[in-house]
Amino acid sequence: MSRAPHHLWHFHGGLKLEGNKAASTTHAIVKARLPKKLVIPVQQHIGEPGHLLVKPGDNVLKGQALAESNSYVSAPVHAPTSGTIVDISEMPSPHPSGLNTLCFVLESDGKDQWIELEPVKYPNSKSPAQLRQIVRKAGVVGLGGATFPTAVKVNPGPGAYIDTLIINGAECEPYISCDDMLMREYAAELISGCELIQYMVASKHCLIAIEDNKPQAIASLQQVIKDKSLHNIEVVTIPTIYPTGGEKQLIKVLTHKEVPSDGFPSDIGVLVQNVGTAVAVHKAIHLGQPLISRIVTVTGEGIKQPQNMEVLIGTFISELVEQSGGYHKDACKLIMGGPMMGFTLQSDQLPVTKACNCILVENTEEESPATMPCIRCGACATVCPAQLLPQQLYWHASSKNFDMVQDYHLFDCIECGCCNHVCPSQIPLVQYYRFAKTEIWNQERDRIKSDHARVRHDFRQARLDQEKKERDEKLRKKKEMLAQKKKVEANAANEGKDTLVDPKKAAIEAAMKRVQDKKAALKSATEKTDETK
Amino acid sequence: MDKIDAILPQTQCGQCTYPGCRPYAEAIAKGEANINQCPPGGEITMLALSDLLGVEPLPLDEEHDDSPEKTVVYIDEQTCIGCTLCIQACPVDAILGAAKQMHTIIESECTGCDLCIPPCPVDCIHITPVKVDADTWRWPLPDQNEMAPRA
Repeated sequence: MSRAPHHLWHFHGGLKLEGNKAASTTHAIVKARLPKKLVIPVQQHIGEPGHLLVKPGDNVLKGQALAESNSYVSAPVHAPTSGTIVDISEMPSPHPSGLNTLCFVLESDGKDQWIELEPVKYPNSKSPAQLRQIVRKAGVVGLGGATFPTAVKVNPGPGAYIDTLIINGAECEPYISCDDMLMREYAAELISGCELIQYMVASKHCLIAIEDNKPQAIASLQQVIKDKSLHNIEVVTIPTIYPTGGEKQLIKVLTHKEVPSDGFPSDIGVLVQNVGTAVAVHKAIHLGQPLISRIVTVTGEGIKQPQNMEVLIGTFISELVEQSGGYHKDACKLIMGGPMMGFTLQSDQLPVTKACNCILVENTEEESPATMPCIRCGACATVCPAQLLPQQLYWHASSKNFDMVQDYHLFDCIECGCCNHVCPSQIPLVQYYRFAKTEIWNQERDRIKSDHARVRHDFRQARLDQEKKERDEKLRKKKEMLAQKKKVEANAANEGKDTLVDPKKAAIEAAMKRVQDKKAALKSATEKTDETK
Repeated sequence: MDKIDAILPQTQCGQCTYPGCRPYAEAIAKGEANINQCPPGGEITMLALSDLLGVEPLPLDEEHDDSPEKTVVYIDEQTCIGCTLCIQACPVDAILGAAKQMHTIIESECTGCDLCIPPCPVDCIHITPVKVDADTWRWPLPDQNEMAPRA
């Protein structure tokens, strides 16, 4: 390669961790068997949930949309195989809360029959907006774990300018190797996806960042770039430091730029996409296929044959475990994601979602180590890749001082777990931050609700006041009338009985007189007509 | 006083012994009421008030536990006789109905103040907790009692 090596920078802190990736990368990606039953959560993305397009009893084809929304930040979900929708109900889904969410239950018919696909043969003949629409319809979301709708992310918006597209192949968290295997086996598709995204955001450069512990992935991508003699896509080898795969950290390493707090990478002319997302974009446009499968690392000391599998969304985790040789006797803990940022699952009867990159089975139950008081050693601040003060955050989060945690930039915390890892007192720091974040969101929701209630209460109060005022007014008028009547009566009494004229009586008499006059007039008229006859 | 009112949860439930959130805010502003009299607001409201007013936090009134569960009410429509008494009691107009017509709660507007329950002559209004879903679920505070005593 003639190109000079890309200059690299460092982000603050970080950790050197044992990779533990070898076990799951010994053989090629295995295609998981077609499951008999799939459970597909309606919401698998950040944003609005879609509305249902099918009902129980409907037959669906592979790739048919099951739910979609008209709101901008949203993504549809599709049938991962052909079959019958047997149920749509609240089912357990992989979420740290363990709560149920609305899911489609699809019984596969075994035919795996695709819906008619509409691949785009010449993407350059379409406008970026048209391609974004295709990506949107295909339900593509960020596959690095955040599941933000890709069509939204690849729209820089008016006035924004994306200089550098970064394709994130760092995969810094231990045990996870799905991106590594994807880069090795889908190098051509990945490069094609990069070109498409570059076209959509009109970026000049594309950097594919890969940690130096993945030489095979680096080689296979470089080969494709060489074969296609592409000049604006570059593979950059970066040092293996956790969490270099964090969006902001990766941008810092590659460009020395920092994403502003409360800002987005696009504010500094950068867009970061995961490698899996790039392949999904390729499939959506070149093949017309929606996002219905992903690569999942099934690994850990508790699993007999660690490996990477290509899995249909909605496949139960238990089936992946079974196809990976099953659990070891001493397997005891199931985690979705990696050991640093993943969360514990209560059961393996849960479906794989678009967010699921890794199923980690541990065999040593971490006997929750005795937590000791914070000794203010500062180790957490040294490793924090967001340059925060974790012990201050911990202090204020544990005392529920939610204003102070925000003053210490809680929302810049990426929950990477470095502080947890180094804490000599074994304080579960990230748990405190997660607690504080969800509390603050909850307070925000409460605030909106109470503002709404205040408006309604004030309105009701105003309405009641108005009604009272109107009633009082009516009463006052009536009283006045009565008083006047009394006055008239009194006057009449003074002037003598015969002159007493009750206004009501007078009115009645006047009316009767009018009627009599009318009758008389009518009578004379008929007599006249009789005469003329 | 607007600032105090902004912190209060606006349930208008009257559990603070004042006839609504604003009267309670007025009483706090005048120094007639303590900051720990709002059960729906719980500890968080108390702390926010203490922060705003620069007074020492107070423990919550004994009968109010510190983590109020959010509730709404629902009307058992089979039993409702359409008397409109609950509609008159609701401080936020969250009950829909008319005389001799079945009533129903507009759940999204209900603040869970329970003021509609006492006037109901047929006891057809029941309290139900607000359902937590994956979006509104909150991470628990790690158990601090686990912390080992200092050696």
